[in-house]
Amino acid sequence: MAEFAFEPEPAGVALAPGETAREVAGKNPWLLAGRRLARNRVALAALALFLAIVVVSFGAPIWANHIAHVDPFSSNVNGTTVVDGKKVEVIQQGGGALGIGENPIGPTWQKNYLLGADSQGRDVFARVLYGGRASLLIGVGSALISCIVALLLGLVAGFFRGPVDVFISRVMDLVWAFPIFLLAISLATVLLTAPDGLQWGPVRVDPASLWIPTFIIALVYVPYVYRPVRGQVLSVREKEYVEAAIAQGASTWRLIFVEILPNVITTIVVMLPLMIATTILTESALSFLSIGVQPPAASWGTIIEDGQGLLYTRPWVAIAPGIMIVLTVLSLNVLGDGVRDALDPRAKLRLKRAKVGK
Amino acid sequence: MKRSVILATVVAATGMFVAACGGSSKSTSSSGGGGTSASSTPGADTAAGAKGGTLTTLANAAPSGSPDPQVNYTLQEWQFLIITHDGLVGFKRTSGAEGATLVPDLATTLPTPTDNGRTYQFTLRPGIKFSNGKVVTGQDVKATFERLFKIGDSPNAGTWYNAIEGGDACVKTPKTCDLSKGIVVNGDQITFHLSKGDPEFLQQLALPFAFILPADTPAKHVDIPPPGTGPYKWSEYKPTSAMSVVRNPFFKEWSKDAQPAGLPDVIEQKFGLSVQAEVTQVENGQADWISNTDTIPADRLPELSRKYSKQLHVNPLLNTEYMALNTNVPPFDNEKARQAVNFATDRSAIVKIYGGPQLATPACQVLPPNLPGYQAYCPYTANPGSGKWTAPDMAKAQQLVTESGTAGMRVKVNSDTTDVHKAVGEYFVGLLNKLGYKATPQFLSNDIQYAYIQNSKNKVQFAYSSWFADYPAPSDFLQVLLGCGSIHKNSNSSPNIAQFCNKDIQANMDKAGATASEDVNTANTMWAQADKDIADQAPWVAMFNPKQLNFVSSRVKGFQFSPQWYLLLAQVSVK
Repeated sequence: MAEFAFEPEPAGVALAPGETAREVAGKNPWLLAGRRLARNRVALAALALFLAIVVVSFGAPIWANHIAHVDPFSSNVNGTTVVDGKKVEVIQQGGGALGIGENPIGPTWQKNYLLGADSQGRDVFARVLYGGRASLLIGVGSALISCIVALLLGLVAGFFRGPVDVFISRVMDLVWAFPIFLLAISLATVLLTAPDGLQWGPVRVDPASLWIPTFIIALVYVPYVYRPVRGQVLSVREKEYVEAAIAQGASTWRLIFVEILPNVITTIVVMLPLMIATTILTESALSFLSIGVQPPAASWGTIIEDGQGLLYTRPWVAIAPGIMIVLTVLSLNVLGDGVRDALDPRAKLRLKRAKVGK
Repeated sequence: MKRSVILATVVAATGMFVAACGGSSKSTSSSGGGGTSASSTPGADTAAGAKGGTLTTLANAAPSGSPDPQVNYTLQEWQFLIITHDGLVGFKRTSGAEGATLVPDLATTLPTPTDNGRTYQFTLRPGIKFSNGKVVTGQDVKATFERLFKIGDSPNAGTWYNAIEGGDACVKTPKTCDLSKGIVVNGDQITFHLSKGDPEFLQQLALPFAFILPADTPAKHVDIPPPGTGPYKWSEYKPTSAMSVVRNPFFKEWSKDAQPAGLPDVIEQKFGLSVQAEVTQVENGQADWISNTDTIPADRLPELSRKYSKQLHVNPLLNTEYMALNTNVPPFDNEKARQAVNFATDRSAIVKIYGGPQLATPACQVLPPNLPGYQAYCPYTANPGSGKWTAPDMAKAQQLVTESGTAGMRVKVNSDTTDVHKAVGEYFVGLLNKLGYKATPQFLSNDIQYAYIQNSKNKVQFAYSSWFADYPAPSDFLQVLLGCGSIHKNSNSSPNIAQFCNKDIQANMDKAGATASEDVNTANTMWAQADKDIADQAPWVAMFNPKQLNFVSSRVKGFQFSPQWYLLLAQVSVK
């Protein structure tokens, strides 16, 4: 995967195409990266798309409560709605000679039941919006947790080296040795079937809590972020300015957080959008398998699962969240590439050289 | 029996049910069981056809567990076993309520029990041969029942057939099983002596566990069912691809009621397709029928109803779908809380989720219609009195929740992940939240859900389950599912999921069981009263009684739906 191929260059002046050394000399590297990103129209478009998805998803309650006037979480099997001025049943009889089978209402292309209903009679569009909220919260939350934990572990392992490094790295290898989905499914099965949820002292986590899929996904991706961070720390630790700080008697914490951390944080910043895309995909897969977000709460994965049984008659139930996942992941991947190019222009050159070499 | 698969052999192996629930406890098992056919159901086809051809049926997977006829507990295999083997008695091979009646099969007549219901005397029909050419003798009968114990894991050896004198000793030491005292053979005369009366003994003899096998059949699991006496013999059993039966050259029809000659030359069942693909194959005429183990997706029903209505058959089943309320765990250890959920449940919504009123009927009680002892009763409806459910009564439900003082409590709604069951679970999560509880779902894989909800250790509060009759008897529901003897603490084989035990009701059920061998009508009245008493205490939210939807190819003629065996495969013509 592209995100794991990223290897930042050692510290030094990195020039983006069209930049001169004079232009970048003495400038704040974050400011420089911001300028480079602002010049990348594709990345900006991706950012705009992602933000639009975030805004729309977090505006779900406004849509459901004030525009469509629907409850996307309650079963409405025997409910009715108004379409073109006529009162119709949300779940309608299948018809035919035997009158068997019940069909949820299809897309009305009006504010109520815009994309139709699912088999519980719930408004699919409103659920897709709410589902986006859950998917984004879990995706961003787990990516952040994963990156923070991996960063801390990478700093400790890379700085102290020796037995500490060996121990942390082997634990990471152990986690990495499990296929991601097998590990996530195993964890989810255990956590979701705990009779009273999870209890750590006074903290109780309900089995339906979004924290459970968030932590599970965060945990399985820690090694993926840990490895490049640790490599970067090992490299930075040998730099002259770090040795100079050591010679000046700087404390361990100062060395880690003042001298090394600022020089490895770019790795995390570049990986974050790509990690969010990956974790959103993982969340959707777990929810599709009924071991992520628990109904009646919605995530894009659960909605696709709901729609699986309606593919013949009501394909929009599965297609709509699928489109949202594609757009979100695509925008995050493009944005991630843009951030990488902005923070480390040499990475782009390396990629180009690699392609030419092939 | 339970429709889902898995547990039959586990139950048998652990012997959890040993006579614990008054003589009629059943293990969980796989697909289907009894039902009640309605010959006048829409799409029914009673025109008999010609002999010959191959009837091709489809199932997603092979029958669960061993193919051994004394071990397998799936309707899927039983539908084949009943045309390759016979018992001393059998269920009449016909559609409609008559299909639940017993008729003599290998025996000449149905015996009347003597000695307070402890002795049954049979006379073997002369000259009937196994498919290997050997004549059936009394020794084969005795050896069959000894093998049933010797094999070690026949599901109901320790719950039904141990009633035969010597049976309990055989359960303890299967290898040295000797039923000489319990089954006395004298030429063609076979006398069964039971250690205690069992009014359902003849029905138990009509199930495949008791089908007669050659005496030299080894007492270990077979890879393909051994020779039998039916019109067909097994020719193939490959769990990964297919099973099939062909004509038995030694078969001569001796009783049209018990074992009529078959119409197709070959009957096969292919495994491996998804149900969606199976529907398409039957639509295209590439196959003739989808096994009852595979539920036709709700998404395809409107299409089938519109385009293939003449190929659809809808038949009622002896089955109740229910939510079990754990009477030992809050909030449903409170009777008012249980009644509140019953009043609040919109059974018409659940029927809709299942596929609509053509495929299911709302229910409030344990016993399904058409089962002996059934008397329509529904106290949990708006305007009660008619015995039928009409509408939920939310006001009454809210009032009962308030009176119970259970509002605000956490409830975990347990169901499995199959489409319909999960949807019903979601419905109840919403309903319980409306009633003031804090409900969350707990959806488990179909493979583990039934075992999980039975185990009291898991403190399941509210769980989806269903029950199919092994044979048409009220005890098969009431004693097994709600009898005190069916509670096995910390066991995965504890079918009384609600852990409901009321001593007065239990005493009445025991009395009804004892009365059955002398006066069936009185016993049925007593069972009906027990059914009502249980409904009043609301250990379940009985939801609906489903119907079986069969989809056959356009060339299938002579569709017959037995309440016991469902589609009678051998009576179908594909010529």
